[in-house]
Amino acid sequence: MQKPEYDAIVVGSGISGGWAAKELTEKGLRVLMLERGKNIEHITGYVNATKAPWEYPHRGGRTRAMEELYPVLKRDYPLNETNLDYWASDKDSPYTEVKRFDWFRGYHVGGRSLMWGRQSYRWSDFDFEANAKDGIAIDWPIRYADLAPWYDHVEKHAGINGSHEGMPQLPDGQFLPAMPLNCGEQLVSDRLKKSKFGAARRIIPGRSANLTVAHDGRGQCQYRNACWLGCPYGAYFSTQSSTLPHAAKTGRLTLLPFQIVSEVLYDPNTKRASGVRALDANSNETIDYKAKVVFLCASTINTAWLLMRSATNVWPGGLGSTSGELGHNLMDHHFRAGAQGRLEGLDDKTIFGRRPNGFYIPRYQNLFGDKRQYLRGFGYQGGAGREDWGRAVSELGVGAKFKDDMSTPGAWNIGATAFAEMLPNHANTVTIDQSKKDKWGMPVVKIDCATGENEAMMRRDMQVDMAETLQACGVKDVQVYDAGSFPGMGIHEMGTARMGRDPKTSVLNSHNQVWDAPNVFVTDGSCMASTACQNPSLTYMAMTARAADYAVNALNRREL
Amino acid sequence: MTENDTMTQISNELSADLISRREAILRMSVLLGGVALIGSGALISGCRAEKTGTVGEPFTADDIAYLDEIADTILPTTSTPGAKAAKTGAFMALMVTDTYHEDDDKTFRDGMRKLDDLSKQKNGGASFMKATPAQRLALLQELDKEQHDYSEKQRAEGRKKSDAVISSASQQNAPEAKINPATQMSDPPNKYFRMMKELALLGYFTSEVGATQALRYVESPGRYDPCVPYKPGEKDWASHA
Repeated sequence: MQKPEYDAIVVGSGISGGWAAKELTEKGLRVLMLERGKNIEHITGYVNATKAPWEYPHRGGRTRAMEELYPVLKRDYPLNETNLDYWASDKDSPYTEVKRFDWFRGYHVGGRSLMWGRQSYRWSDFDFEANAKDGIAIDWPIRYADLAPWYDHVEKHAGINGSHEGMPQLPDGQFLPAMPLNCGEQLVSDRLKKSKFGAARRIIPGRSANLTVAHDGRGQCQYRNACWLGCPYGAYFSTQSSTLPHAAKTGRLTLLPFQIVSEVLYDPNTKRASGVRALDANSNETIDYKAKVVFLCASTINTAWLLMRSATNVWPGGLGSTSGELGHNLMDHHFRAGAQGRLEGLDDKTIFGRRPNGFYIPRYQNLFGDKRQYLRGFGYQGGAGREDWGRAVSELGVGAKFKDDMSTPGAWNIGATAFAEMLPNHANTVTIDQSKKDKWGMPVVKIDCATGENEAMMRRDMQVDMAETLQACGVKDVQVYDAGSFPGMGIHEMGTARMGRDPKTSVLNSHNQVWDAPNVFVTDGSCMASTACQNPSLTYMAMTARAADYAVNALNRREL
Repeated sequence: MTENDTMTQISNELSADLISRREAILRMSVLLGGVALIGSGALISGCRAEKTGTVGEPFTADDIAYLDEIADTILPTTSTPGAKAAKTGAFMALMVTDTYHEDDDKTFRDGMRKLDDLSKQKNGGASFMKATPAQRLALLQELDKEQHDYSEKQRAEGRKKSDAVISSASQQNAPEAKINPATQMSDPPNKYFRMMKELALLGYFTSEVGATQALRYVESPGRYDPCVPYKPGEKDWASHA
């Protein structure tokens, strides 16, 4: 079945896809956005957003029945009673793990933009130059200056809160007012400045995509800290709250849910993509959609899968496979190691409101004269607060006094977990497993990915550096932890169709175009040539807006 | 669930009132006191032997009344209503039926019988339900002391391990800090009591009664005050779902 032609097709509706749709429609293109899952309407679709804790039968926990249905999701926090609808079904969409890889997916309009952690940090030239300086993998084809105006552009629209710090490794942006440090964090931050670590290590307010003031017709944060349910105020950035309404407003967007794109249609005569083929998830009908430009924003692993299934009559390894790098270099951040301790002297202070944010310690390892045994480094995300009733289990006590004590806040604690860089490695791959099929009869992905020696070497420092930092600030009972980290758990998948300067070693050029099909743009995490240690979503936004601008200009120049 | 340091971290991250990515990370970073839910399946793979299968006969009304009395002994009526008023017994029964794996389910139900036996033994043949409130409290205090001693021992071991990692950093060629293995450790004595205490606390403090009367619940605070005065005895704020 053939459908009318569009100027552009956007595959996927998450953070990258939403930005592609917004930018392309606002620049005059008629855009078709294809989403593999269901639609979730802004506000009315957030069915649990205003439920009280006691309205969940298991108080937000998980049942054995849920565990059986979600054998992967159960490995970490996502499997719970409050927003299960936002996570993809492991049963319908299985995958093959050669080594453990936790793949937590959102198959619906908005994708993981509905559930994301909202931490938003710019990358710097320390990140974009790192591969070249270290002789690792390939050089990024862009530098900070290429992306800086696009960071400005997306921040102004999305609404990112933050403080101006003037730190070269974490460039400042177009910030809404910061969410301030609380008294525990401020005390430690002040002490840190005066400590022996003060020159390099700094505790700053986390930068997040939550509105501290009303912005772009969206309400300001109400400090409920229930973002993951969907926000009835539209107070955090998601496709639904931010990019989709603007794309829709142009009258040039067509959004179709339940369309599983199965390949990019490639025309060997024009050496261009002509559109995409999709399977209707409900009717199982195959539909071809035509367009001048295709944006792949299906998320790192699925975009690789899609490219590998495309143009196989020309290239057996798929569209973009000529470099031999398509599906390779899968990366994620590794984390879950750090330290925490008890903070004294603030028993007469507490906090009002639930801030959906914390503090951040920008990377300082292997920067400004600091030298480690490994390459790259990590930043910390953490927070301080008073213990709640949960402390009661291990405390001694039952009875009246115990109950009343546990109804009051406990000691102040402070701690942080490191988010660390993972180096690209050709051996970490996504391939197609022809032997296993999903609910729709399509072969699934096979993931073979592991962290290496460089990552392992960091993990002691991820713990000990934080312990030293806290101890230097007078924090008591400091304890380190390493809860172990498996690739995928960071939910920052990157790298399977990396950008580069040379078609022999990269899948995409400096404008996110597939070298072998310049009207195919890939702007999700798959384009990344390294991971840095900062959360990547803001960079996907900027990269997508930049690529969309380039695509429209190139179309106007009739180059595509 | 084992009680070593690593697992405490992991289970804090997974405590029932915490389900956002941001919160998960924060909980891992800061011991704010999330409940380490035994057997609730709030467990990372590899942490425990996975068992599925038929578990969970429904609890009877008598069972629920009994659980209510246990919970109410742990969290009695004070200036605020107690656990029974929050229907904590029914919640405990539901959690065991729906979320506990077979071995924990058995431990819990056996524990209900053991507690009764213990009561009879100590209180001249009076079952827990027949025992006086003072006798019930004395019984649970004794069990609580055992679990607390055990927790303290585990905490001390965690501290020792942590100190070893920290001090290894200053040594030349120190051995690589190893990822704390999520090893199975011995169960606490009378594990069933710890389960009961956990479920009673969770059930009570996340109930409408607990969250709005024992604690203060504001659905939509509307603002963030990072530092406000606190007077001893003022109630804590409850969290959102």
